[in-house]
Amino acid sequence: MANSTTEKAKVAPAETISILSVVAPALGWLIPGAGHMIQKRWIRGLLLFVSIVTLFLLGLAMQGRIYKANGGDILDILGFVGNVGAGALYLLTLAMDWGQGAIAYATADYGTKFMIVAGLLNFIAVADAYHIAIGKKK
Amino acid sequence: MTITLNHFSAAVIFALFASIVFGITHRENTRDMVTYGLRCFAYFLGGVIVAGWAMWLLKP
Repeated sequence: MANSTTEKAKVAPAETISILSVVAPALGWLIPGAGHMIQKRWIRGLLLFVSIVTLFLLGLAMQGRIYKANGGDILDILGFVGNVGAGALYLLTLAMDWGQGAIAYATADYGTKFMIVAGLLNFIAVADAYHIAIGKKK
Repeated sequence: MTITLNHFSAAVIFALFASIVFGITHRENTRDMVTYGLRCFAYFLGGVIVAGWAMWLLKP
């Protein structure tokens, strides 16, 4: 009897947060840190937003290159996967035709890496938002 | 607008923001997050300095 009550108590929260467990990671991917903010983790969300957006924008300002989905070279595909993690920043950069990369600047390669890492860090933030949503993390 | 950073300042900025994200996402409570973030930052910078000296020693 006590066991069935305990089991119900364990299952119930998972059912109530099922929508959030989809919305939070999706929103967190689109806008870095938003997955945490929607779950009222304001400071964490703000710090994630500032860190990831600043890293991406610095990469762009350093004349870094943005990768597109082309299915060609394996390194290009990996670069694309990293870039896609930045969500709306990546989509905006593509739409505005920014991030073409300038060979004339020695630091352009740093910029390219900054943007890839910003996307990869956002993937980690998305996973964290999901873990908070399912109750695995506080 | 074009920003030009030298290698070390780029590494410091990279380490700072990566450490913040690692701290927040890899630990449960605030105190542990700060400690872990600071440790990651120190490891990043330590790695840069060690790698720099290693390359200097290995140069032909």
